[in-house]
Amino acid sequence: MTTFSADFSTRASQPPIQLEPPRLEIAQPILEVRDLNKSYGSVRALEEVSLELYPREVLGVVGESGSGKSTLLRVLNLEEQPEGGEYHLGIPPYEGRNLLQLERFERRALRVKHIGIVYQNPHLGLRMNNTSSGNVAERLVIAGERRFHALRAAARGSLEVSEFPISRMDDPPRKLSGGMQQRVQLAKAIALKPALLLLDEPTTGLDVSVQALVLDTLRRLQRDLGIAMLVVSHDLGVIRTLSDRVVVMRHGRVVESGLTDQVLEDPQHPYTQQLVHAKL
Amino acid sequence: MILEVQGLTKRFALHELGRTVDAFADLEFTLSAGEFLLVAGGNGVGKSTLLRTLYRTYRASSGAAFYNSHRGRIDLTRAADVDIVLLRREELGFVTQFLRPRPRVSALELVAEPLLFAGVRQEEALRRSSESLELFGLKRELWEAYPSTFSGGEQQKVNLARALIQPRRLLLLDEPTASLDATARAALRERLAALKAEGMAMIGVLHHPEDATGLLDREIRLEAPSGSDARLLEALEADYVA
Repeated sequence: MTTFSADFSTRASQPPIQLEPPRLEIAQPILEVRDLNKSYGSVRALEEVSLELYPREVLGVVGESGSGKSTLLRVLNLEEQPEGGEYHLGIPPYEGRNLLQLERFERRALRVKHIGIVYQNPHLGLRMNNTSSGNVAERLVIAGERRFHALRAAARGSLEVSEFPISRMDDPPRKLSGGMQQRVQLAKAIALKPALLLLDEPTTGLDVSVQALVLDTLRRLQRDLGIAMLVVSHDLGVIRTLSDRVVVMRHGRVVESGLTDQVLEDPQHPYTQQLVHAKL
Repeated sequence: MILEVQGLTKRFALHELGRTVDAFADLEFTLSAGEFLLVAGGNGVGKSTLLRTLYRTYRASSGAAFYNSHRGRIDLTRAADVDIVLLRREELGFVTQFLRPRPRVSALELVAEPLLFAGVRQEEALRRSSESLELFGLKRELWEAYPSTFSGGEQQKVNLARALIQPRRLLLLDEPTASLDATARAALRERLAALKAEGMAMIGVLHHPEDATGLLDREIRLEAPSGSDARLLEALEADYVA
């Protein structure tokens, strides 16, 4: 007989059957973090967080505000230094190295080339008064491209793939709707064909109908380009639409992880059960 | 042998209610390539729960379900999540009666999508998508339209066309024919017969078992175990969104 307690202790849930390590999936994870810890004063933002992301996979991270999910994303984007742990990406020449120990310039080079990010707030990712095409081209410039025509063609291609209306490619983001601003961020994020795409509440704040269209673009992009994605959201609908697997965070800890449909339909941890039923 | 189920038990632990609900206990059965197993039993005995447990939407409580994949033998109740993702992409199928349409995605695209995820080229995927829609009898003028605006019966045709566009090694069917017209039901039978002849194994919960006349090989009958609660179990199953 399973026993359970009503209090949400921070211990991981006790699933009925322990899962085995992967046996059929022969690819190595593209991303692997182990035992990340991070505190802000007395607040533990991350506590022993471990997870992995496989090639072509979309991993969802859900949790309420204060769960540590945004901190996790900033650590993965190498914007924030945790107190301990390991971070590996399966990308040459970084394989086997703990990325948390990279020098500052190396960290920046890695970020520009291999990690794309879309923020909830477009002001964090875009220069609102520059042209949209210029925003996208900026990454290519940092990576060393200087030829005007090459930059423009690449920016255009990236905006097209992001299903941005090309007739508006020279408008500044401040003149665009929220949905279009997210498409510019997306175009910028994928301009250098990164190995990893991080999405921080990518559709929060958009109208429901616009949200559905942006999610559709993300799905199509993931399917066609095969980028591994990690999407952070408090919105279970977004997670259900996009992700294959999901981890649930609370008070800086991963309390449950599993297939997205399983976590939403048969949550094991008391906290996840409450989270899922609150949204029904 | 495709599947060997041993002592499979599913019990839900509902923390908020402080109780457990038993769905089924100690199930044993096997399934070979090309076989169709009917899951029979009354309401609230956990028929849908069994399918979802095999698909790993639900976690089993104990027992095992050994599945012989192209890539090797694996226990579906213990396989790593990424292994299940892989099997769902390549070998395991699940058909319900519900379509999840998405805004501004046409019927043709929606049906083609599983092929596109499997790496089939756009042109080929759309050609096979139109064949599949044709088979299930969706009117041609609706192919480019958005299924979110369709009637229930038309949505079901799109749903079946999508769910059955790829051959699967093991297909789980959860009452796929609920509000289908006779033509579409005949088409479904025809498609399942063809896939069965190619060796696809099936486990089905069917509202109208006569839809599968001549295809069914065996049945298992579920009965409510002690500690079950038919109404609560039905409510749990109803929460499900495919």
